[in-house]
Amino acid sequence: MTPFRYTRAVAAGDALRQGGQAGARYLGGGTNLVDLMRETIERPEALVDVTGLFHAIEETADGGLLIGAAATNTAVAEHALVRRRYPLLSRAIVAGASAQIRNMATVGGNLLQRTRCTYFYDNEGSRCNKRRPGEGCDAIGGFNRIHAILGASADCVATHPSDMCVALAALDATVHLGSTRGDRRLPLTDLHRLPGDRPDVETMLEPGELITAIELPPLPLAARSTYRKVRDRASYAFALVSVAAALEVTDGRVRDVRLALGGVAHKPWRAWKAEEALRGQPATEEAFTAAALAELADALPLKDNGFKIELARRTMVAVLGELAGAGA
Amino acid sequence: MSMLEDAKQAAKGMAQQAVGKAIQLAPDSWMPGGRPDPLIREQHGQIGRPVSRIDGPLKVGGQARYAAEFALDGMVYAALAYSTIARGRILAIDTKAAEAVPGVVLVMTHENAPRMNKVPLFLTDQKAAGGVDLPIFQDPEVHWNGQPVAAVLAETQEQADHARSLLRITYEEVPAITSFAGAKAKGKHPGVFMGNPLNIRIGDAEEALAAAPFRVDQAYETPRHSHNAIELHACTVAWEGDRLRVHDASQLVAHTAWSLAQVFGMEESQVHVSSPFVGGGFGGKCLWNHQVIAAAASKLVDRPVRLTLSREGVYRVVGGRTSTEQRVAIGASADGTFEALIHTGTVAMSPHNQLPEPFILPAMSVYGANAFKLEVDVAYMDMLANTFMRAPGEAVGTFGLECAIDELAEAIGMDPIDLRLKNEPDKDPVTGAPFSIREVEKMWRDGAERFGWSDRAPVASRREGEWRIGTGVAGGTYPYYRMPGGAARITLRQDGHATIDIAAHDMGMGTATAQTQVAADRLGLPMDAITFNYGDSTLPGVVLAGGSQQTASIGASVIAAHRLLVKELLQLAGNDSPLAGLSVEEVGGLDNGLASLADPLRHETYASILTRAQRGTLVVEGTPPPPLETMHWSMHSHSALFCEVGVNAVTGEVRVRRFLGSFDCGRILNPKTAASQFRGGIIMGLGMALMEETQFDERKGRIMNPSLAEYHLPVHMDVPEIDVIWTDVPDPHAPMGAHGVGEIGITGVGAAVANAIYNATGRRVRDLPITLDKLL
Repeated sequence: MTPFRYTRAVAAGDALRQGGQAGARYLGGGTNLVDLMRETIERPEALVDVTGLFHAIEETADGGLLIGAAATNTAVAEHALVRRRYPLLSRAIVAGASAQIRNMATVGGNLLQRTRCTYFYDNEGSRCNKRRPGEGCDAIGGFNRIHAILGASADCVATHPSDMCVALAALDATVHLGSTRGDRRLPLTDLHRLPGDRPDVETMLEPGELITAIELPPLPLAARSTYRKVRDRASYAFALVSVAAALEVTDGRVRDVRLALGGVAHKPWRAWKAEEALRGQPATEEAFTAAALAELADALPLKDNGFKIELARRTMVAVLGELAGAGA
Repeated sequence: MSMLEDAKQAAKGMAQQAVGKAIQLAPDSWMPGGRPDPLIREQHGQIGRPVSRIDGPLKVGGQARYAAEFALDGMVYAALAYSTIARGRILAIDTKAAEAVPGVVLVMTHENAPRMNKVPLFLTDQKAAGGVDLPIFQDPEVHWNGQPVAAVLAETQEQADHARSLLRITYEEVPAITSFAGAKAKGKHPGVFMGNPLNIRIGDAEEALAAAPFRVDQAYETPRHSHNAIELHACTVAWEGDRLRVHDASQLVAHTAWSLAQVFGMEESQVHVSSPFVGGGFGGKCLWNHQVIAAAASKLVDRPVRLTLSREGVYRVVGGRTSTEQRVAIGASADGTFEALIHTGTVAMSPHNQLPEPFILPAMSVYGANAFKLEVDVAYMDMLANTFMRAPGEAVGTFGLECAIDELAEAIGMDPIDLRLKNEPDKDPVTGAPFSIREVEKMWRDGAERFGWSDRAPVASRREGEWRIGTGVAGGTYPYYRMPGGAARITLRQDGHATIDIAAHDMGMGTATAQTQVAADRLGLPMDAITFNYGDSTLPGVVLAGGSQQTASIGASVIAAHRLLVKELLQLAGNDSPLAGLSVEEVGGLDNGLASLADPLRHETYASILTRAQRGTLVVEGTPPPPLETMHWSMHSHSALFCEVGVNAVTGEVRVRRFLGSFDCGRILNPKTAASQFRGGIIMGLGMALMEETQFDERKGRIMNPSLAEYHLPVHMDVPEIDVIWTDVPDPHAPMGAHGVGEIGITGVGAAVANAIYNATGRRVRDLPITLDKLL
């Protein structure tokens, strides 16, 4: 680990001033950033600890939920309103990591998790365009069973590892950002970037910008929602494919739907095409399959991950079928 | 290993075979174990009791000090840099930035390391401990991707780690053989294991196979596995004048002391290695580069050094289980009798170690057949030396063999247990030696009854929601070994306390506990009157904690020492004792003293004997006879494994729902620690079946998942209720009637899971691990 300065922010203004300095990074639970610092993949000059700020989880005036960025994953997953109104979010969080990690990890930090690509992690022995832009990608010709099938580029095939973000993508969440230049909001689905030719730039955050909260809009159909994660062991593994979904069925037809995929792309993947294909359709396995296929039409397999296309289709269909059945 | 070495080993093997024949023909009574250990009859003592680990409170209380927990005055911390190429030379190591880091004491490379001899390679000498025999920091040559190329010493671990990251190393790469296919194309070599060629031919197996009415002939593959003991490999070393002190995490302290003495050109007595507590060994806690580097660096700075490998470091420095490609072909008559048993294949191996993963060992002893063809070939790759990992050979060999038997049973239309029992041999099928113990039928019947095997459903017929349910069985096996070199010292005090000293090991399996129980029974003392000292190279004996042989080695050593003790006690007791006139064979330990076996009332306490003889202590050291029993009898442990799995019809995910292991391992010394060994082995086997795989990138020969996040081992939720039962029938020719149980647990598990998956789904997966993509 490269030596760094550590300060603990006591107020928002203080945090933004310090975080705006060159070489500074915000520190949440440290469950990913500190690991990456140990590998010397991340070498911040200063860490500004923001875990003392923005803890609250509060209902908004319109019946949504405002979740402070420093709320721990455990606090969100266990929150009564989250469990009642957005069960998919609660399930997504507990599907990730371990209880110990969830107790430390913050919402803001979770959004900014970096990929688990093993070539990205191999700082000394492998090429990676995320770590050293332009040097090439060893994952493309190497082990890429866990890599992307959607939205990848010739420069990067990594996936975003978060479970929580997949649920947030399905929920139309908004990210609240602060900086010394002022505050702004972004739809969560616009926070993360596809790799393109700059896989080192992973989000739309500007230098010094701090995630201060996540806002969930009121979304009645999310009361019937779920998250399903498919992985290589029963717990403590990243998703090969995950599906976050909410479904409202009236008179046998899909009235509304939210659908997002994890483990398939450089960002939490909102399945806009599948949603579009489903609205107004009968809630049948055929329609679910057609919708899943529509979403996966552009999927491209690598050497080892072709199974993910089939797995994503099956998992989407099963999750939608389960939600449709639950409403019957 | 060179072709010349191969030839030398083969010649040695032939000589051994000739001696072996003579030993087989000798009378039983000439053999160690020919006269059963009197403790086999002992039914009311400590043996067989589920005694909790005697070191449990120390461990729970954090008082058990492991290798990386010795804090020595003036100690510095080490961090290693590893090569990023598979073959070539170091052109330059720029150490300036690293040396400028505050606290850095030394950057050691091949340019400034002290001159050292090569580490003696395991099995080339009785005390050789090295997993690899390449020079360490002696030249700029790179032999594998991940080889240590520099060490940084600093006042703190953090300073050393940071400085290490600032080293700039440039290489000149040369072509390397880093793909298995490329290695095989270069030519295969015959595998030689412990001096014996891995090549058995009995009859014409191919012809018999072709003529058999029922046949299975399939290819099976197993991947590389990396060692992942919970305790990272670590050592704390110090030079005390011209003596080297090593606190190691070791399963072979005496071997390590001797081997380090060879490396530094010293007398064996100048090196002291101790390892009282080890957080798991599994075959990996031997002598690798890191202890040598720590000792060399310590010598240069004249300060104690602590070196703890990072988890990545363990993957780069400590060898693992190599990959195998196996062919199993079995020809059977209509009643299931094996006409031909063929198990052949190729393993990847580095040229600098001694372990051509001997996956044919199970096929050499478990089943009878009219013709055998068993052979392991080796293809050499430029890679980290592969090494022993829990049941080397059997763990992966039983996967191919026991899956093939399942496939054959289906082809014939026979129950797979019946097919196995049909081919129970009446003597060792390869050597012809009689079995020392073989309760295989009871083991299968007991297991089948307890598991409810008769309820098994036809293939792909059970379903619960999304889950397809199936059950499967497989057999496992592991030999009884006892290696030469054992010795033990017993010190009996006048107050009736006894100390047993032996350079054996407890890597967490409960050696000290079980052996204290045994010593208590043998001496007739309560457990708290026994001190069992182990894990120190200054103690007697050269006892490897490997090959599941420690139980036998310690047992035989203590028997030898005990005989001397009893002989001396009888002499001291003299004619005034109730024991007068009795011979060594006629007495045993009882109630804090010796008693006549025929008449326990003829008894005298140790205190009484020693007091009368005016002796404060009595010290004896015994050495057991060479382990000829393993050649005179065919000595093996067996297991019958029953597995129920669920396979998700949507996702292909596999969940093991229930598992039963039924074991035939002689007498169980401590049911509590033994059950943990069985269960631990089974859990490791579940990992092998479903998830463990070292991702070796064949483009660069580099391991890509050196982390517990990406190298998957079972987590708690992957492990179901595991039931273990055993026959508990003593082996009359083994000390205490017991076999070691460290390795048998893992054998056969891969096949039991694969066979259950077939029963659930109708899909045969013949390459491990069985990940969900193979079942979609």
